Amino acid sequence: MEIKKGIAVSPGISIAKALIIDSEDYRIPHRSIETSQRATEIQRVRSAFKSAIVELSELEIAQEHTEGSKIKDIFAVHLRFLHDRSLRKKITDLVQSDLVTAEYAVSTVLREIALHFTKVQDAYISERAADIYDIERRLLIQLLEKKREDVGHLTEEVTIIARELSPIQTAGFNRKFVKGIASNSGGRTSHAAIVARSLGIPAVVALEDLTEYVSGGDNVIVDGNRGIVIVNPDQQTILQYREYSREFEELEHKLDEIKEKPAVTRDGVRIKLLGNIEFPDETETVLQKGGEGIGLYRTEFLYLNKRTEPTEEEHYQAFAKTVKVLKNKPVVIRTLDLGADKYTQRKRFAPEPNPFLGLRSIRFCLQNLIMFKTQLRAILRASVLGDVKIMFPLITNLQELKQANMILRDVMEDLDDESIAYNRDIKVGIMIETPSSALTAYSLARNVDFFSIGTNDLTQYTLAVDRGNELVSHLYSSADPAVLRLIRTVVQDAHKAQIDVSVCGEMASEPEYIMLLLGMGLRTISLTAPMIPEIKQIVRSVTIEDCNKVARKVLGMNSERQISSYLRAAARKILPEAF
Amino acid sequence: MKEWARDPRMNAEKNSLENVVCEAVVEIKNADGIHMRPAMQFVDIANRYKSNITVSNNETQVDGKSIMQMSILAATCGTKLKIKAEGSDAQEVIEMLRELIEDKMFGEPAP
Repeated sequence: MEIKKGIAVSPGISIAKALIIDSEDYRIPHRSIETSQRATEIQRVRSAFKSAIVELSELEIAQEHTEGSKIKDIFAVHLRFLHDRSLRKKITDLVQSDLVTAEYAVSTVLREIALHFTKVQDAYISERAADIYDIERRLLIQLLEKKREDVGHLTEEVTIIARELSPIQTAGFNRKFVKGIASNSGGRTSHAAIVARSLGIPAVVALEDLTEYVSGGDNVIVDGNRGIVIVNPDQQTILQYREYSREFEELEHKLDEIKEKPAVTRDGVRIKLLGNIEFPDETETVLQKGGEGIGLYRTEFLYLNKRTEPTEEEHYQAFAKTVKVLKNKPVVIRTLDLGADKYTQRKRFAPEPNPFLGLRSIRFCLQNLIMFKTQLRAILRASVLGDVKIMFPLITNLQELKQANMILRDVMEDLDDESIAYNRDIKVGIMIETPSSALTAYSLARNVDFFSIGTNDLTQYTLAVDRGNELVSHLYSSADPAVLRLIRTVVQDAHKAQIDVSVCGEMASEPEYIMLLLGMGLRTISLTAPMIPEIKQIVRSVTIEDCNKVARKVLGMNSERQISSYLRAAARKILPEAF
Repeated sequence: MKEWARDPRMNAEKNSLENVVCEAVVEIKNADGIHMRPAMQFVDIANRYKSNITVSNNETQVDGKSIMQMSILAATCGTKLKIKAEGSDAQEVIEMLRELIEDKMFGEPAP
């Protein structure tokens, strides 16, 4: 029995057999296979070569029009390696003789070749080792993707164990079979954690070296409430956890009872609670949990799930599905927010050195107009089906907003020309998630119908902290006085301009922040569905007067630590069982 | 010393009438030697012919149709390589490869 402590990111308790997914970024550990698995692993090597060839050929074609033959040469060389039968045979031979996984064999053989290069005295040739590592990575990515597909076709309950999980991987998990998630890296606000939470799968991350303690098929307990993972628990521990699990479900049911009750403070102020979603299927969950609409519909998954760009019709179908389920409840569709993620970076030939400050989100859209317009057309077409709003992400200045608005008008004109119906009075808003947009909210407010404060990016950009980097993630806190001042500014400027303002970041699903947010004047909160009942419980237990007091007090404090502990204490008084 | 090449006995069993064996010793003349791009040019030519092709320096013998094996030879400028071809088109392929290495110098500059 091995007990590991990490960070709890998605509540619940699960007990299931381990399924290990390795990530591309790390050294693949030696993992033995049974003799009976040999043929399967050899087949995996072969198909990884095949798919890598397909992927690389596509990349090569995409490079056709770019200047400079160097890039093309590199792709051509990599393709020759992938077509090299003796290379493939060396790898399959290793699987055959040493009974190791496809990943391990690929990694071992290619690293051996790379090592050979580094030993060559000639600098020009020794540098070619980088090409070999690149080929290794390409093959490992294929193997990993195949495994991801396998995860989509599960037939028994499992706990997913990984070094690192991407949001797409997590999104592909089938709730019916994936009972728990545990990973070496990651933080509370990593996208994979957000997805796990929205799917309602218990998850623990930042377990550091967990993967070294687990083998496929081991029994694993994931305690997403306390942040504990237990590998091969003894009988007594299993019984104990079955009991915990039962108690937890009871509490969940109790919270679900308040679903039908309105989100009103004790002194009668109505608070609107909306849900954040990643894909259309989640709309039902939001409604089940008592959400009054969708405050943030992230539209990236349509792009991330497949190789080719989604068509207008695919976008439309996804939006229409959500809008129809919602009937006339509102849905805020955020336009594409891709760019700083691994998946877009991987497709680029040269990854950006600093993607979070690079071509992402609205910037990416404004430079890829065909793609942007396709999405806007689909949103506009869906706007006649219900209460649809458009939201532009990561606006950093007025110019960008005006440009985006102009493109939206262009698309409207096109639809007019084609006599396609859409809602002419569609509300258009922006995410406030950079310090620059928060500081210029007064002028932005005159050009939009609403603001939605994205606290995750706002915190990251204000504090200059990468929330996924464990070395500095302790510096990441939305309770930092700098972040709170910006939020207050945005709310005040929105009120002055008489436009709607809401919060849709992680902050909105943290019980300890709710009083503060209400006290700062927010009346609309959009959050992950599973947390809606708990947050509603808090709303129903407070008065706005109390909240105002909390906000006044907090805004007078100047240390994050002081604010955090004050907020926790205040929330504990209101709803002791939530803490 | 590592043996990356195919088993040469395989060839001996083929129809001996068709089996021409041809050899040449060539010298690498371009400044950067056989790095990735020249290795690619080499195997591209080698793979156009039916003959089995082996390439050796003093230590290692490799399959001339495999880019992996050719590139690990890491033949630098001035290295002498023995190219051996076995098959009906052996003579032709040896000439093409010699031309690529010594005359065209892989389209690269001399030192």
